[in-house]
Amino acid sequence: MRITSALAAAAIVALTAACGSGGGGGSSSSAPNEPVKINFLSLAWQKESIAANKQLVDEWNKANPNIQVTYVQGSWDNVNDQLVTQFAGGTAPDVIHNDSPALSGFATDGYLLDLKDKLPAELKSDIPQAAWDTVTFDGGKGEQGVYGVPFLQESQVIIANKKLLEASKVRIPTADNPWTWEEFSEAAKTMTKGDTFGVAWPMKSPVNKTLNLALNFGGTFFQTGADGKTTVKVGPEEREVLQRIHDQLYKDKSADPAALGQGTADPLPAFYKGKFALLPAGVFLRQQVAEQAPDGFEWVTLPGPKGTSAQQGAVSQTLSIAQDSKHPDEAMKFIAFFLNGPNQAKLAKGDWLLPTSQSAAADPAMTTQENGWDVATASAKNLVVAPFLKVNGFDEWKSKVATPVLQEFYANKITIDEAAKRLVDEGNKVLERYQR
Amino acid sequence: MRRASQYAALAAYIVFLAFPLVWLLSTALKTPQEMALADPTWIPREPTLANFTDAFGEQDLVGAAVRSLGVALASSVITVLISLPAAYAMARYRGLVNKVAIGWVLVSQVFPFILIIIPLFMILRDLELVNTLPGLAVVHVTFTLPFALWMLQGYVRAVPVELEEAAAVDGATRLRSIVKVVAPLLAPGVVATLLFAFISSWNEFMFALVILQNPDVMTLPLTLVRFTGPEGVARLGPLAAASLMATIPSLIFFAIIQRRLKSGLMAGAVKG
Repeated sequence: MRITSALAAAAIVALTAACGSGGGGGSSSSAPNEPVKINFLSLAWQKESIAANKQLVDEWNKANPNIQVTYVQGSWDNVNDQLVTQFAGGTAPDVIHNDSPALSGFATDGYLLDLKDKLPAELKSDIPQAAWDTVTFDGGKGEQGVYGVPFLQESQVIIANKKLLEASKVRIPTADNPWTWEEFSEAAKTMTKGDTFGVAWPMKSPVNKTLNLALNFGGTFFQTGADGKTTVKVGPEEREVLQRIHDQLYKDKSADPAALGQGTADPLPAFYKGKFALLPAGVFLRQQVAEQAPDGFEWVTLPGPKGTSAQQGAVSQTLSIAQDSKHPDEAMKFIAFFLNGPNQAKLAKGDWLLPTSQSAAADPAMTTQENGWDVATASAKNLVVAPFLKVNGFDEWKSKVATPVLQEFYANKITIDEAAKRLVDEGNKVLERYQR
Repeated sequence: MRRASQYAALAAYIVFLAFPLVWLLSTALKTPQEMALADPTWIPREPTLANFTDAFGEQDLVGAAVRSLGVALASSVITVLISLPAAYAMARYRGLVNKVAIGWVLVSQVFPFILIIIPLFMILRDLELVNTLPGLAVVHVTFTLPFALWMLQGYVRAVPVELEEAAAVDGATRLRSIVKVVAPLLAPGVVATLLFAFISSWNEFMFALVILQNPDVMTLPLTLVRFTGPEGVARLGPLAAASLMATIPSLIFFAIIQRRLKSGLMAGAVKG
C-alpha cells in the first residue's frame, strides 16, 4: 500500500503545483478598474509566424494597458472540433483565427459576430472586395453579414526543379503569361525521361486543390436554383481539371504515381532527388523548400496553369469575433491593429502566404524575386471567391463524399462518369439535410 | 544453437520496441536538409541541437510536462481508488443489479466521444471547472473509470473466494479478509490498472483541447500539436525533439512502478 500512498501524495502535490502555475478562469470578464482581457486563438505554427504573432500581441499589450490580449495557440487539425464545443458552451475565445471555409457554418449557427458595422474604414478599404466576399455569409436568418477579416490567402503555384526545367527547353511561364493546361501537359511529357517524371500530384487531400483549380475552366461544382436550393454540379467545366490530371497519370504517364497517395509536403524528398520536375502546390510550400532543399539544388516558382481563365478559388485565413465575446469593440480594435498593412506583411512573410491588404502587398519583401515572392504575389490577382465557400454543408460533402470519390478517381479505380454521379447523388443527399 | 536463436529473437524484439525512440532521437538531431533526404540516414551526419533549442524556446514544454504529470497521476490514483471497491462489489455480489451494472459499463465504452463532450463541457462550465487542471482530471477519471472497473473486477474474480471463506473461518471480519488476503493478491491488477489510467490521461488530447484555453494550464499533448500545420505538414525536427522529451516522465513513472508490477505478480503466484 505504500506505493499507492506515495503516488496519491505525489499526485496531490503535482496537481497543486500545476494548478498553481496555471491560473484557470477562462472568463474574460473583468472588474471595473481592471484591464479588459481578450483571448486570441491563433493557429500560427511556423517558427517565423509564431514569432510575428507574439511580437504583435506584445506590442499591442504594451501600447494598450487597458485592453490586454492573451495569446492562445491552437492547431489547424483540431480547431473546428475545439470551437464547436466552446461555442456551444459559451466559452469560445474572443478573437478567433480560422480559414474562410469554416466560417460559413459557424455564421449560420449564430456563433460569430457580424462585423460589417464595426470595421474601421481604413481596414475595410485596404482589403479588396474580392477578399471580403470570402467572409460574407448568410447569418442564418437570410441576412448577409461579414463574419471575419480576411488577411492571408493561398494560391496554387508550380514549384519547379530549375535544372530540369531549363534542360527541357520548354517555354518558361511568367506571371503575365502562364502555361495553358495544354502547355503544362506538354511540358510534363517533355520532362518525363528515364526515372524522372514531369510532374507529381500529391492527392491525399484532393478536394481543395481540385476545386480551386477547376475555376480555370469555370468549374464551380455547386449551383443554386431558382428555388434557392443548392445542388452539386459536375458538368463539362468541372470535369476538365479532373480529366487532365487523370490523363497525366494514366494516359501521358508524365505524373509520378508514387506521389498520388501522399500529403502536400511528402513528395519533397523525391523532388530534391530529381524524381520529378514540377510540383503543383500552395504558395506556402515554398517555405519548406527554402528550408530543406539540399545545397546546390535550384528551384523556381512558376504561376499556376490557365484554362479559359487563370482564376483560382480563394481561401483566406481570417480573424473573427465570437458572438458571445464580452468585449467585441475592444476585440475589433485589436484586430484592426493586428491586421494593418505593415503587420499583414510581417504575418504573410512568416507564413509564406499572400496578404489581402493592398498596402502589405506593395511591401518590397512581397515582390522580391527571392524564393518566388514576385510570382506568388502576382498570383493573388487571379483569386476569386470560391463558390463552395458559400455552401452550407460543404465540409460534410468534402469529407464524406468528395474526398473518397476523388481519391478513387485519381487512383484509377472508378471512371469520371462514376465519380461525377457519386459526387452529385451522394452530395445532394448531404446538402439536402442542410437546407430543410 | 537454440540459445543463440533465442538471443537473436530477443534482440530483434528489443530493436522492434526501440525503433520509435531511436527514430525520434535521430530525427531530433538532424538538420532540415538531412530530414528531407529521400534515403533516410540513421545516424545524423551533422548532429544539431537546434531542434531542441527551437522546441524549448517556442513552447513551455517543461511546464506542460509538469501539468500533464500532475493530471495523469491524480486521475490514475483517483480512478483506482474509486473503481477498486466498486470492482470488488461487482465481482463478488452477482445479482440482477450487478449484471445490469456490468452491461452499462460495457455499453458506456461504445459511445462516440463527440456525444459526451458537449454535455460534459456544459457540466464542467457550471461547476466552474473549465480551464482548470482539476476539471481535466475529473474528466479523465470519468473517461477511464468504466474500463478500469472492468479490468479490476476481472482481477478480483481471479482471487478464489475460498481464501476469504477460509479467513472468515479463522475469525477474520470481511473487511480484514479483504485488506489482509485479497488486497495483496490484487496488487498486480491495481498496478496494471494504474498504468492504464496513467497512459490514458497522459496521452489524452481531445478533452484537454476543448477544456483548456489558458496557455498557462495547457498539457503536453496540446503543446506538441503546435508543431503541426494544415494538411498534415509538420515541423518535424522540433516535433521530434519535443516528443522525445515528452517520453521521459512516463518512462520514469514506468521504471518506478514496473518493479511493483513484477513483485506483485510473483506474490500472487505463490499465494494463488
